[in-house]
Amino acid sequence: MMVQERYDIVVIGAGPAGSVAARFAAENMASVLILERDREPGIPVRCAEGVSHNGIAPFIDIDQRWIASRIDVAKLHSPNGETANMYNNGLGYVLERRVFDAALCELAAKYGAHLITKADALDLVWEDGKITGVKYKYSGEIRKVKCDIVIGADGVESRVGRWAGIKTVVRLEDIDTCAQYTLTDIDIEKDTCEFYFGTKVSPGGYIWIFPKSDNTANVGIGLSGHLSHPKGPKEYLDEFVQRRFPKAKITYTMYGGVPTAATLDEIVKDNIMLVGDAARQVNPITGGGVVQAMIAGSIAGKVAAQAVKEKRFDKKFLKEYRKEWDKRLGKTQKTMFLMKERFMNMNDERFNRIVEFCQNIPRDKFSLKTLFTEAVKGNPKLMIDVAKAFLVSKIKMK
Amino acid sequence: MKINRDLCDICGTCVAVCPADAIVVSEFIVNIDNEKCTNCLNCLKVCPIKAIEEGE
Ligand SMILES: Cc1cc2nc3c(=O)[nH]c(=O)nc-3n(C[C@H](O)[C@H](O)[C@H](O)COP(=O)(O)OP(=O)(O)OC[C@H]3O[C@@H](n4cnc5c(N)ncnc54)[C@H](O)[C@@H]3O)c2cc1C
Ligand code: SF4
Ligand code: SF4
Repeated sequence: MMVQERYDIVVIGAGPAGSVAARFAAENMASVLILERDREPGIPVRCAEGVSHNGIAPFIDIDQRWIASRIDVAKLHSPNGETANMYNNGLGYVLERRVFDAALCELAAKYGAHLITKADALDLVWEDGKITGVKYKYSGEIRKVKCDIVIGADGVESRVGRWAGIKTVVRLEDIDTCAQYTLTDIDIEKDTCEFYFGTKVSPGGYIWIFPKSDNTANVGIGLSGHLSHPKGPKEYLDEFVQRRFPKAKITYTMYGGVPTAATLDEIVKDNIMLVGDAARQVNPITGGGVVQAMIAGSIAGKVAAQAVKEKRFDKKFLKEYRKEWDKRLGKTQKTMFLMKERFMNMNDERFNRIVEFCQNIPRDKFSLKTLFTEAVKGNPKLMIDVAKAFLVSKIKMK
Repeated sequence: MKINRDLCDICGTCVAVCPADAIVVSEFIVNIDNEKCTNCLNCLKVCPIKAIEEGE
């Protein structure tokens, strides 16, 4: 592959957001280059790897190569040691993201997108006050590539938005600081994801156990950024692992951050769009961002390709992406964000009561919706928002 | 601010909370530009492995 001097679109970052955006742009006839800083897309994995079947299926044919396990049950643990099982959330997967991310990238390449790895974007190129390309480092050499649209898909550590003058900084309350081990030789159920709540276990967040096989799992923790000092996620996780899996062996150790905010106010400007974690398009309660990144990427990629066809690179045109995103998920995300504030401040007594409540719901009626509704009880305004959000997402599913 | 490179996992969490755009991540290293830093301590608080300390 010869790297061209100019492309219609340059995508920065080859995570799910960038690869899916590139694929949809290329599929719709735009010329696309992806720049990825790391040596390979998907590595290092900074993820618990849990996704829903319905979330990913529209974007890629399910392939056993990147599925570690199938999940049917979510098990909730309350601070006082009670548990409740949830069965009605639909099929979920724990992925092998290193393979999954590469597969998404290969799909973009199949539709004609170009990719360079070990290409670290350093800045935007401006001419007469307009973004006209990207400056990047490759093999110790500074290079420039020209384009009409830059898509910033550079993850939680995003700087592309900042270069364009977009306010991307998140509050400490709106970032989850995480530690995760992949543990082996442990006693778990392969089809069950487990969650532990409580102010002593994981302040402002939760601990997860996502099985990768019948004796291996991603076991991690996310703490709200304003409650993670001086005792941080590693200390809490070590205490938990010592209690629940004293004999486990660690095969992988990873740290990371999840922006649990609402979508940024500004995700497009003239000649630029932000997608995925870079745009803070994460479910603020669960911290899930893979499906969100893919949905945002697909919308942004299509709008960018249309912009190329019509030679319209101004903010007004690109805003179509924002409109579509808000319709699909942005509004729901905002409701979730308001609910998160409430979750974050819940005391152990309340967590205990919620799990107790869950134990008494008949198996076939128990879903995330019932759970959330209980969690926001006593706050009528939020309850209405939740009801609306779930109505919207239900209609979307059909 | 100062990063302990033996601890830093290059995860980028600190970048998201830096109001001064003082932190830059590359494939193998994270740098803080102390000229830009306003000493707000956000990065130190969120770093999951406590790799950031005060001082130059
Ligand atoms: C501990 C943890 C657990 C999580 N668990 C889950 C989960 O179970 N389920 C779920 O759905 N989500 C989970 N998430 C969130 C999920 O990982 C992210 O939301 C998702 O990866 C976002 O995709 P993205 O494409 O926006 O960004 P990323 O996947 O982060 O990709 C960004 C890419 O951009 C590259 N890049 C950055 N800067 C530059 C630059 N200057 N030049 C070139 N390339 C650059 C990076 O190297 C990276 O490859 C978790 C996150 C963490 C930290
Ligand atoms: S102390 Fe504040 S300004 Fe300085 S590097 Fe850390 S986050 Fe940025
Ligand atoms: S948050 Fe900590 S571990 Fe992550 S990049 Fe910053 S200094 Fe390194």
